[in-house]
Order: sequence, then structure tokens, then C-alpha cells
Amino acid sequence: MNELVSDTARPDAAVGAFGGIQARNAEALNTPRIACRNLDFFYGDFRALKSINLDFPDRQVTGMIGPSGCGKSTLLRVLNRMYDLYPGQRAQGEVLLDGENIIAPSVDINALRARIGMVFQKPTPFPMTIRENIAFGIRLHEKMSKSQLDERIEWALSRAAIWDEVKDRLDTNAMGLSGGQQQRLCIARTIAVRPEVILFDEPTSALDPISTLKIEELIDELKRDFTIVIVTHNMQQAARCADQVAFFYLGEMIEVAPAAQLFTAPREPKTQEYITGRFG
Amino acid sequence: MADEQPEHIVKSYGADLRRLADMTAEMGGLVESQINDAVIALVRRDTALAARVVEADPRVDALQREIESFAVRLLALRQPVAGDLRVIVAAFKIAGDLERIGDYAANAAKRSLVLSQLPAVSSLNGFQRMARMVLENLKGAIDALARSDAEKAREVWRSDASVDEVYNGIFRELLTHMMEDPRNISAATHLLFIAKNLERVGDHATNIAELVYYAVRGQELDPDRPKGDTSAFAVVRPRD
Repeated sequence: MNELVSDTARPDAAVGAFGGIQARNAEALNTPRIACRNLDFFYGDFRALKSINLDFPDRQVTGMIGPSGCGKSTLLRVLNRMYDLYPGQRAQGEVLLDGENIIAPSVDINALRARIGMVFQKPTPFPMTIRENIAFGIRLHEKMSKSQLDERIEWALSRAAIWDEVKDRLDTNAMGLSGGQQQRLCIARTIAVRPEVILFDEPTSALDPISTLKIEELIDELKRDFTIVIVTHNMQQAARCADQVAFFYLGEMIEVAPAAQLFTAPREPKTQEYITGRFG
Repeated sequence: MADEQPEHIVKSYGADLRRLADMTAEMGGLVESQINDAVIALVRRDTALAARVVEADPRVDALQREIESFAVRLLALRQPVAGDLRVIVAAFKIAGDLERIGDYAANAAKRSLVLSQLPAVSSLNGFQRMARMVLENLKGAIDALARSDAEKAREVWRSDASVDEVYNGIFRELLTHMMEDPRNISAATHLLFIAKNLERVGDHATNIAELVYYAVRGQELDPDRPKGDTSAFAVVRPRD
């Protein structure tokens, strides 16, 4: 068969008008590590989350975006039961971590928080040495020898990309570190207890652009071993870091999609309005 | 370009996007009249008009450069996403398609200057029919662009196959003239190139329609558009 190509054939047509964008939309997400099923959350009578169904894929980064008060931080607080500290706050439905409903009253909260760690908006080092900052959490959950502990501390600080900067000053006060270093120390403290999931609540909003990029690079590094959930007001950050992004509005999850799709062709008009800055 | 949506919170961003749309519409209008004038110049043997088409081509090129550098500036400074991103990338690519169409108009005008010196080789009926169809598609694509009309874009995209059919007819007709009398070869060859140029204009109009559709809807049209140009087989026939 003599396959003569007609000279009007356009080889680019198969790729589509915008190159690979749609092909990348089809990127497979891993199986879920956490799954929210019909999750409601109440502050007293106020329903802050409305029937959320959302999967957090294993060893990938899920970004949650939305305007203030949309429920994204509330959902983060539900995932490690931070709300337990406050009377009048309650969750309904299911949050399945490896199939186990973690909002059931029977769940051991201390054990849960060793599995699901959290990093906050402002760096929160304890007023003690760098070494003690890391050792503190490990000792709560595990018994180990001094040499094992030192090994674990080095591992955690290395994974948090701060080891080289602090290895010669482990016994100095952590409050002497810069903001970006303090935040990486807090990440080291979180991963030191070897959780499965790390929750980041606005982890870079108090940091300068370079420290921000270092944290983002670290998140990219950490997702090989951990399932990551990040709440951010910075949409570019969600675009840079996240594999999938969920958009929240008034307590509802409007849309969840792979980041490349959500930021090029969101399905919902509300998402489009929010991320392009046309919000009413 | 996207469907009706609220104003941008940052007014200057909204103004930038409107300016980009205006520049693209201006370039589209200019290119449309370039093709229109090139065809009229050919059919009427109007050398003055043909010369004006050739002279106007640098303006088309300048508009392309303006649109492209403005689009790059918006990408760098506004970090556009979603519909805004699609509109800006589409404008960038559409400017390239329009520039090619402008080149075809100028090329056809140059050839019609030569043709006006040669005896007429055949009736230009097929030509005019093809030019009308191509112009209609081009106009449709540019209207769809100006009005962010995805349905119009889809319509234009569908109708390109019939242009290809007319092109095949012209190709065979000119081949016949050349075989009948070798003195026709010079003029017929120029006509053939012009026909090919027009056919290419139709393809670029289709590209523009695809880009408009994607910019508005965020989905691509089915890439398996039926294609009708079989003229390659008129010279070398495929063996089974």
C-alpha cells in the first residue's frame, strides 16, 4: 500500500490545538489514602462543610483552594481531628484512612496524629534546642536508644532539607533560626514520627519567595513517601505543587481535578471565576 | 473571548484582555480584506489593487509581532489561568495563522501581477467559487473569534471539506489546460499556486476555528475532521 500523505494533512491536528494539555489531564492519580464520604462539619449550629466527598490519592499532593471561610481549613482540621479540642464542633459522615473511619469516637487521637502530621501557617518551633524540637515528638510515640534517636533526628532533618544548615548547631536554640529554616524544622519535626499523611496549612504565607520555593521543592520531594494535603491562598502555589486541586466555596466542594486541568479548563463556572479573579 | 462572565477584579487586567481581543480582531479584519482584494485583483486583472495588497503585507506582519509580544507580556505579568490563559494562548497562535493567511494574500497578489501580463488560460469560475467559500470560512472564523462564538467556530471547522473538493476540481481543470497546450503552462502554474494558497487559507481558517472553540469551551474539537484534498493522488496513484 502506497501511503501518499496528502499535502493538506496537518500532523499537528492529532496533538490538538494546545499540544499536550488534554493528554496530561488524563494523568492517573494513585488510589486514595484518605477518602471523605458525605462529610459534614458543624461549628455549633453552623454547617461549615456540606456533604464533602473527596479522595486524597496516596503519595500525591492534594491542594485545597477557595476564598476565606469556604471550609478548606476546616476540612484540614477534620483530617487530624484538631476540632476535638473545641466543644460544640462536630463532624458527621466518614473520613476513611486506609478504610478506617477516623472521625469515629473510638479512634485513639494520639495514635492518629502520629499517622497524620500537620504543619502550620506560622513556624511554631518549641523554645528549646533544635535537637530537642525533633526528639520531643519521637519520644512521645516511640522508645529508642540514644544512637537510634540521633539517627532518626538526622534522617528527619535531612528529609526536610535543613540538615546541612543546622548539623553544627543542633544544641542551639531553635528560635535563632530564620523563618524559612524554622518552617523546615517544623516539617522535620512532623516527619520525624514517620506519619503517612502530612497536612500543610498555608505553610509559606509567612515566608519570603526563596524560602517559599525551598518549601515547595521539599513538598515535591516528600510526596514520594507521604500523602500530602496543602491548603493555600496562593493559587500559583497550588498550581506548582499539587497533583490534584479541590476548589471549595461556602462549605461545598465545587470541583476537584488534576491541577493541569483545573488551571487550564475548569468544568465549573464558579471555579473559573475564582481562579481568574472574577469573583463577585 | 470566553462566554459571558463577570468583570475582572483587577480592572487593568480586564482592559488588557480586551485590548488583546481588539488587536486580534483588527488583524483578522485586515487579513480578511487582503484575501478579498487579492481575489478581486486576480479576477479583474486589477494591477493597482494587487500592488496595494502587496504593500499592505508588512502591516499584517507588524500586527502579528504586536499581538505576540503583548501576549507574552500578559503571560509573564498576569500569570493567567483557565479561560484567560486559553484566550491568551489562542490569540498568540491565531496571530500566527493570520500572518500566514496574509502571506498567501500577498503571494496571490504578486502572481496576479504576472498573470495580468499573460493571456487568460481559462474561465475563473471555479476560482471565484473557491475564493467565495474560503472567504466565507475565514469571515466565519474571524466572527467566531470576535464574538467568542464556539458554535460558529464548530460550523466553520466542519465546512472546510467542501473547499478541498473544489480545489481538487480546479487542480484537474488546470492540468487539462496544460496538457492541451503547453503555452498555458506558465499561467496555469501560477493559477495552481494561487489555488493552493487559497486552499491553505481555508486550512488556517479551520485552525483558527479550532483555537476559538478551545479558548471558549476548554475542550478540543474532534481531531478526526474529514479531509477532502485528494489532489496528491491525481499525480501518483496509490497501489493496492
